[in-house]
Amino acid sequence: MIRAKFDLAFSGFTLQAQMDVAAQGVTAIFGPSGCGKSTLLRCMAGLEHSASGYLHVNAETWQDDARGIFLPTHRRLLGFVFQEPSLFPHIDVRRNLEFGYVRTPPSQRKISWERTVDLLDVGPLLHRMPAGLSGGEKQRVAIARAILAAPRLLLMDEPLAALDVQRKREILPFLVRVQRELSIPILYVSHHVEEVAQLAEQLVLLRDGRVVASGPLTQMFARLDLPIAQDEDAGVVLDTRAAAYDERHHLLRLDFSGGQVYVARPALAPGQPVRLRIQARDVSLALSEHHDSSILNRFRATVVELASAPNPAHAMVRLDAGGTVLLARVTQRSLEQLQIGVGSKVWAQVKTVALME
Amino acid sequence: MVISPDDWSAVRLTLALATVVTVLLLLIAIPIAWWLSHTKSAWRGPVSAVITLPLVLPPTVLGFYLLVAMGSDGPIGRLTQALGLGVLAFRFSGLVVASVLYSMPFVVQPIRNAFQASGRRPLEVAACLHARPVDAFFSVALPLARPGLLIGAILGFAHTMGEFGVVLMIGGNIPGQTRVLSMQIYNHVEALEYAQAHWLAGGLLVVSFVVLVSIYLYDPKRRMF
Repeated sequence: MIRAKFDLAFSGFTLQAQMDVAAQGVTAIFGPSGCGKSTLLRCMAGLEHSASGYLHVNAETWQDDARGIFLPTHRRLLGFVFQEPSLFPHIDVRRNLEFGYVRTPPSQRKISWERTVDLLDVGPLLHRMPAGLSGGEKQRVAIARAILAAPRLLLMDEPLAALDVQRKREILPFLVRVQRELSIPILYVSHHVEEVAQLAEQLVLLRDGRVVASGPLTQMFARLDLPIAQDEDAGVVLDTRAAAYDERHHLLRLDFSGGQVYVARPALAPGQPVRLRIQARDVSLALSEHHDSSILNRFRATVVELASAPNPAHAMVRLDAGGTVLLARVTQRSLEQLQIGVGSKVWAQVKTVALME
Repeated sequence: MVISPDDWSAVRLTLALATVVTVLLLLIAIPIAWWLSHTKSAWRGPVSAVITLPLVLPPTVLGFYLLVAMGSDGPIGRLTQALGLGVLAFRFSGLVVASVLYSMPFVVQPIRNAFQASGRRPLEVAACLHARPVDAFFSVALPLARPGLLIGAILGFAHTMGEFGVVLMIGGNIPGQTRVLSMQIYNHVEALEYAQAHWLAGGLLVVSFVVLVSIYLYDPKRRMF
């Protein structure tokens, strides 16, 4: 477990955050700009000296002000990836990578030099100077540098935010690889729903310096009472497994606890985990099953909760489709005309299923 | 050639003085600049002001106080006598002390700017990569401040070469001891030896110009004064 609690007061801003998260996989710290996400991460790294609280990483205590314990940053076995790559400009990529590596006792090193260089594909960059690299290359080097410092906890502060869409797409697969292949718990700060949906298993929601809610990402994304449901990109995340492939129609079937969906994707090994996202705006409701519709994925569902949306014309609808929750965003007018309310039996028609790959 | 052995002695003395002063200044100015660029202490303002004073004070004022302080009854004079060093005034060592103080702002300022320009981030990154603060200072902060260090050293050297008022007050005009280049030029002019004054003054002008041009070519964006 990673247990953290920090209090910090700036002029006009107070951070009072407490969270307990599993010390494995990616935990996203999610919230709007200025909610204290980055500050919380800096507190955990020991970079905010006036913050008080505690931080326990598994069996180790890095900070516990009540007991007078404060490990300075350089003695915390962490990796920090900043929003700007922050490579040292006066030394080449190899020496940047070596910076933390040589300062880590060999007995503490967990992931080899070769494996890290391979994983982030920075081998061809070793002799280049940071100034000559693209934004994406720099961030890859920064991530490799952090991993080579043998972190027990990897802190990432919006590592993709400074990159354009193209570069983001270039880096995301590397982050997924880091997450899948290395057993380092990652705390990932972001205000981007898409990124979080793709990478994280756990979610900590931060608002105005406080933790609003935390828990498994799929559950959090399926709730209507949290601010994420009000996001333009609101929608559920489903963890599915690859099943049969329909060769005639070139469609892949994915199974999950509440049913199955078809996606236009090449075959995958049966059983391979696939995370997918169904955005609320891509789900429409009907009172009967439309066999005359081109929409492929239809689910019988019951309306369990209604909520307002930022746009007064819209409503958010929470559906139970055989045990799996779906969110739909429809117009208030449709709800009225179809007389849909809590308890109504409906057919949810899913226009688009996005694979998180 | 109209340059006399006395002139050469003044040139040698000046170069020796400027070299010693520059080395000492770097050793002193780096920690001061570091402190000024990172401290949140209320003393930052007053300390900055004291260090910058030589920029605005007439050299004779600074020289006068130093003369009083270094004299046999002054606080520095008593200290140096107690340490068995004798009185520093009218000696090469006195010139070194005075020049260090007089040229301090020219060295501290560019180094401080360089430290401030690179900011806290590189040090935070270094700390996250397990570098202790002293390690981070030598392996990151100092190399990143190299342009500032170079400019500070050059300015300190050049400024020490050209000083006159402070030397006049505290060192006098003792051949081989305190008679530096600027003093020698003054002597030539007093004696109406304009040709010799031209050689020395022109030489100093050319050297100073070349030094400044090389700084601006090295880093045209950096504004010093």
